[in-house]
Amino acid sequence: MSTEQINSDLSAIFREARKPLRVNSNELLDRHREEAFLHFIASGIPEKTEEYAHADLLPAFDRDYHLMLRPPRLKVNPDALFTCNVPGLDTRVRFTVNGWTARVDEPLELPGGVVICSLPTAAERYPGLLELHYNHHAGKRDTLASLNTAFAQDGIFINVPDGVNMDKPLQIVNLMQGNNNNVMSFQRNLAIIGKGATATILACDHTLSDNAFLSNSVTEIALSENASLDYYQVQNQHVEASRINAIFVTQERASRLDANTITLYGGFTRNNLIVALAGEGSECNLHGMYLSDKKQRVDNFTSIEHAAPGCRSNELFKGVLDDSAVADFTGRVIVRPGARKTEAYQANHNLLLSDEARVNTRPQLIIDADDVKCSHGATVGQLDDEAMFYLRSRGISEAEARLMMMFGFAHEIVGRIRLEPLREQIDNLVDKRLRGELTKCYNCVRHCKKTS
Amino acid sequence: MNKLLEIRDLHAVVDGKEILKGINLDVNAGETHAIMGPNGAGKSTLSAVLAGRENFIVTRGEVWFKGKNLLEMPAENRAREGLFLSFQYPVEIPGVSTVNFLKTAINEHRKYSGKPPYPPGEFLKMIREKMEWVGIDSKLLNRSLNEGFSGGEKKKNEIFQMAVLEPVLAILDETDSGLDIDALRVVANGVNRLKGPGNAVIVITHYQRLLDHVVPDVVHVLHDGRVVKTAGKELAIELEKKGYDWIKQQSPGEN
Repeated sequence: MSTEQINSDLSAIFREARKPLRVNSNELLDRHREEAFLHFIASGIPEKTEEYAHADLLPAFDRDYHLMLRPPRLKVNPDALFTCNVPGLDTRVRFTVNGWTARVDEPLELPGGVVICSLPTAAERYPGLLELHYNHHAGKRDTLASLNTAFAQDGIFINVPDGVNMDKPLQIVNLMQGNNNNVMSFQRNLAIIGKGATATILACDHTLSDNAFLSNSVTEIALSENASLDYYQVQNQHVEASRINAIFVTQERASRLDANTITLYGGFTRNNLIVALAGEGSECNLHGMYLSDKKQRVDNFTSIEHAAPGCRSNELFKGVLDDSAVADFTGRVIVRPGARKTEAYQANHNLLLSDEARVNTRPQLIIDADDVKCSHGATVGQLDDEAMFYLRSRGISEAEARLMMMFGFAHEIVGRIRLEPLREQIDNLVDKRLRGELTKCYNCVRHCKKTS
Repeated sequence: MNKLLEIRDLHAVVDGKEILKGINLDVNAGETHAIMGPNGAGKSTLSAVLAGRENFIVTRGEVWFKGKNLLEMPAENRAREGLFLSFQYPVEIPGVSTVNFLKTAINEHRKYSGKPPYPPGEFLKMIREKMEWVGIDSKLLNRSLNEGFSGGEKKKNEIFQMAVLEPVLAILDETDSGLDIDALRVVANGVNRLKGPGNAVIVITHYQRLLDHVVPDVVHVLHDGRVVKTAGKELAIELEKKGYDWIKQQSPGEN
């Protein structure tokens, strides 16, 4: 099917869905739909655009998907909780299934006045906050995010009031599950972290059935003055899963964001990390890791806008690619006029384990201010022979030495995870992933059939 | 006598150039040998060939280790049979902690000899004990292997690994270079504690100073890819006094 055909199909779906979208959502969300869809359809699914230079989105969209316009009656499989259980990590867990939030027995308001609920509930209870923030951070920055805005009905909302340190990390477990259908979803999350407040969010994405999935999700994050957020996202889906995951962040004065994006498994993955450093002295650290093999594609697109003076940004993405996997990395840094004393550092390092694996890495620095420090670096290489020999000379087999070195390579990212139990769990997952055990035994029914 | 290592007419080529031109050497259990010689004599090549570095190609000769054909074994099996090379330039491996590395190594050794993995509690106890031998900080255990270590720390870490793996034959390739007097003593102490009737040590060095602490039974002088002189420990002292020119004049090489 051609992109034109898919665009016109999406138009037809949108026209038909107008009514059910309204019935199962909220007026505050509806307000944005028409304009967002117009923005999307004006250019349609991106093809060879500056932002999506290497991303081939057609295969992801070119399937029959079922779009759930009302909350599903699916029950959450308790095994699913087990798959993303982090031993020793006490979190508040919220589930979504195909983008719809599952009910929980916790009160709406938590200690310190923290609110975690579904997006429509938030629209009903806290319309002022939604008017201020909903689609304010994503806006019309990306056509696929606009497609999400057109269809978005549900997702997770979190508000941490000024001065509150959230007592436990929020763990969002996003599950994709189809009975007989391939499923498409448009989850929409919003996180508001108040002045001087701190929070930790861990988002895990899993697939629970063998169907093909397309999730096009958007998360908007507002960090107020002096707010601090650790945001971890871990993707472990199957090869039939396509995932477009956009995070839009606005940071006010002296706020800090640490975002860690870990892609363990998935068919097609596009992560858009769009950060606006809007307030003086704000800081963002974007770290990422991807382990890809077979025909997987992982595309990390980052854009950091230094709009105020004295902000710092740091990016480090590392990937290990085997078989005919392809990875893309774009590190766009925009330094606006007047953003003096900007510091922006960026690096992307890749290990290629086969002749067919490929990496496209693009730094894009757009600097319109004086007195700035920016650096970028990218490497694509193989395992170091000297190090291999050193390990083998101590009695370690070649296969084990390779694993140790890949693990070590990835650990530079994993080692930055502040939550120790999570760090250990991710280390363990990475080790399993590199040994090929994750796809075989972990989530067994969900992965093994599709990986050969 | 229990022969550990027999090197017969060993020739080796690196990047198309012949570096070893017929080495003959025997090492018995319980002995300490020193291999000395000027730069470019082939000392480090010899150690690399023995450890199994693949870009060093043996063109002639044979090497027997504990009666087994060493040259037929991959590097990891040489180590598991009890050969240990202390690297002149230990490699930094980011992201691999020293303790995990040692645990993996020792368990691979044990698997090779049909033993179960080291019980974790006992492993840590043993590690602590060996750390005292070489006086290294326990913080080093959780740091990435050799990453950001000073020259001295790297060399001490080599000796620490040697102490943990308890090799039958340890080859120290210029372990003394770049060490201050204190570190030198630590290294010597580690080596001396390893020494016993069942194993042997080969010390490759330019200088006499390590040999004051690790006293050799036999000293060999390597020049232009051959062993040109073999004698007792007094030879090292003589070399220190006279320099290597004296040897070069006695046995002129091709260069």
